Amino acid sequence: MAEMLLELAGIGKTYPGVRALDDVSLSVRRGEVLGLIGENGAGKSTLMRVLGGVIAPTQGVIRVGDVEYGQLTVREATRAGIAFVHQELNLFENLDVAANVFIGREKLMGGRLKLVNNAQMRASVAPLLARLGADFSPDTLVDNLSIAQRQMVEIAKALSIDARVIIMDEPTSSLTISETERLLEVIADLKAHGISVIYISHRLGEIMTCADRVVVLRDGRTVGELARNELSHAAMIRLMIGRDLKALYTPPKRASEAGGCDIANLVTTAFPDRQISLSVRRGEILGLAGLVGAGRTSLARAAFGIDTILGGEIRIDNARVNVASPRDAIRHGIYLVPEDRKKSGLVLELPIRENMTLANLSNYARMWLIDGAAERKVAKEQAKSLSIKAPSVDIEAVTLSGGNQQKVVLGKWLSMKPRVMFFDEPTRGIDVGAKSEIYALMRDLADRGVAIVMISSDMEEVIGVSDRVAVMHEGGISGVLERDQFSEYNVLRLAIGQTLETTEGAAT
Amino acid sequence: MKKELWLFLLLAVISVITGMINPAFLSLVNLLNLANLIGLFGVFALGEGLVIITGGIDLSLGSMFALLGVVFVDLLTTYQVPWPLALLAVLLGGLVLGAIQGVLITRLKMQPFIVTLCGLLIYRGAARYYTTDSTRGFGYGDEAATLSNIASGNLGGIPNTFILLIILALILGVLLHRSVYGRWLYAVGKNEEAARFSGINTDFVIATAYIISGGLAGISTVMFVFYTNSVSPSSFGNFYELYAIAAAVLGGCSLRGGEGSILGIVLGTALLQVLQNLVNILGIPNSLNFAVMGSVILVGVLADRQLQSRRQRKMALASLARTPPKTTVLQGEPSAPRG
Repeated sequence: MAEMLLELAGIGKTYPGVRALDDVSLSVRRGEVLGLIGENGAGKSTLMRVLGGVIAPTQGVIRVGDVEYGQLTVREATRAGIAFVHQELNLFENLDVAANVFIGREKLMGGRLKLVNNAQMRASVAPLLARLGADFSPDTLVDNLSIAQRQMVEIAKALSIDARVIIMDEPTSSLTISETERLLEVIADLKAHGISVIYISHRLGEIMTCADRVVVLRDGRTVGELARNELSHAAMIRLMIGRDLKALYTPPKRASEAGGCDIANLVTTAFPDRQISLSVRRGEILGLAGLVGAGRTSLARAAFGIDTILGGEIRIDNARVNVASPRDAIRHGIYLVPEDRKKSGLVLELPIRENMTLANLSNYARMWLIDGAAERKVAKEQAKSLSIKAPSVDIEAVTLSGGNQQKVVLGKWLSMKPRVMFFDEPTRGIDVGAKSEIYALMRDLADRGVAIVMISSDMEEVIGVSDRVAVMHEGGISGVLERDQFSEYNVLRLAIGQTLETTEGAAT
Repeated sequence: MKKELWLFLLLAVISVITGMINPAFLSLVNLLNLANLIGLFGVFALGEGLVIITGGIDLSLGSMFALLGVVFVDLLTTYQVPWPLALLAVLLGGLVLGAIQGVLITRLKMQPFIVTLCGLLIYRGAARYYTTDSTRGFGYGDEAATLSNIASGNLGGIPNTFILLIILALILGVLLHRSVYGRWLYAVGKNEEAARFSGINTDFVIATAYIISGGLAGISTVMFVFYTNSVSPSSFGNFYELYAIAAAVLGGCSLRGGEGSILGIVLGTALLQVLQNLVNILGIPNSLNFAVMGSVILVGVLADRQLQSRRQRKMALASLARTPPKTTVLQGEPSAPRG
């Protein structure tokens, strides 16, 4: 049983300015299920990418069996029997199951003609599917399969390359309860066949069920290891948190006002069976925390009119507003700083000036003709007040750094009249200096009477910047924390769908 | 602007060389003939250019000419409709066809290529069915002498078609380069999602481009009808959409959208017509006409592509050099431990 299959020793990975992994060690034994947990950004995915040969560690050793590697290539990782079941499934929907299993290593026939032997591929996939208890056949088009079934295809693919370690990254995040149970059965079966599984999940209940051992990562380090008999929710959460958060917090200059934005029983397309109710006052920064995929972005998209609102209502200063498109939202003063600024926030090839005036161009126009001077004046003012580092407002946004690009997105909205602003991961990919500038800007906006919702997966940011924190779990609000209740422990408990230990303030 | 300058230089160089080889190229008669053709082919190329800037394409133009053309001639001859009404009908027809295509593309989310390809087939078929494949022309009467004189006449020697092109180019130039709509058009063409996130009604912007293109096709129809004086439904306007696409691409429009200018499209049209003329005038076998055009476009776009990727490499290097090595202590951090 104790045969060591895979060992990582002292793995470190440094990016310019960021230490993603620092002296991480972990080992996997044959036929063992290893749980890997940690907050968003703790380094789990980076570690797994090191293991898959996608990125090279800057230090440390990877031992597979008796062979030592400084770094793996994708090919070596595959040959060593390491397989992935991805969070976003990497399947070709337009091909059938067998073709997906054998993608890149198709069975051939016809000698030099190199024709694909579909029959043989299907025949060799069939027993794998039978073993997994799959209810579909090798010639089914992947497009017709559910998420759970697609996962089975990924696992079959892993089995077909004789994988010895299968890494599952958040495999159950989109599964129903019965599908999850089915997956856990499959994992037990893999284990019985001597195949090891590294199981990454935020769902501590599942970890409790299936893991033989749990490794906890925090800030790119291994902070603890729990054996099967030591496993408990409390023990795991205690290890996951425990950073001392820097005192970022700047309190509001004035008490938050009565008005603001009330979201009542809102139903989004992403979670049609959930209702969201949430209030944010003018002058307040409401942090919106939760795990990736908890429905925070869909809430912002719905409130901004990108996604259709299926039910419920949005009120601003107690007046109901109808938001059917971003144009409506903008008219009512609801603005969104989107998560992906390159894709949705900016037209990268347009100059700073044109990006900044894009949302209310008519204001800079007479008879539909743009007044270039007025436009340039406002763009320059914004660039100055946001201290955007650029030689002129006429250079393309694509040439700017992440922080400056984000400031251009902000400048677009700040030259207008915001009443409610949604910031979706406002500081992702931005360096520390620009981060604190953006926090200061948000606080300043709040002090000028804007209601601010800040979606963030960065715990430091959530706790350090917000006046209150609402936590989302699987499409609903699982609780709202006041400042005296702020702790990583509380946020995390709500984020994984548990209630607070103290009942006060925990809304439904 | 740089692109347009290059294009103008290219046009000038080719003209001078051709003129040196055969001075007939620079004769007034030839130049005026050339101006007439540039006017004829430029008007609808402007519309095609706008559509291409949205990231779409309009393949239906040539067939639109045939359908609108036979209807136009029929209105004037068979039904004896006064020419202003017939003109209005053709213009409206173009706008309506453009609107239908625009709605199919934006509201029903169909691909521009498919929608306008079907337009190409349907309009051509409709034109041929309507006329039972017979050529329509003007009789000996002067059904539309006034309009004919306007469309094929000249002002102080300069063909009216060319003058019309200049007027339309000025109007569309202001629309594209100075108006709110033009800015939206570029934004939508470059990044439709970011445009939508900025509150722009992207469906309206895109559909309007197809409507403008349809309207310009209506105007072009009338000019071509009086240029040829008859419409044979199976060949009238054949391949003309390709001339327009070629002119726009040569003029700097990218099929990926978001790039191009009115001046570029006009210059692109001019270059294409000069090339055709040069084939004739230099005694190159007429059958090579298309091949010459194709080669020049290919070389032109290739050169542009090379220049662009060189510029991008330079820019990437420059921004790499500008990014300072990140340090842990940065000014502006509220609780910076040291310093």
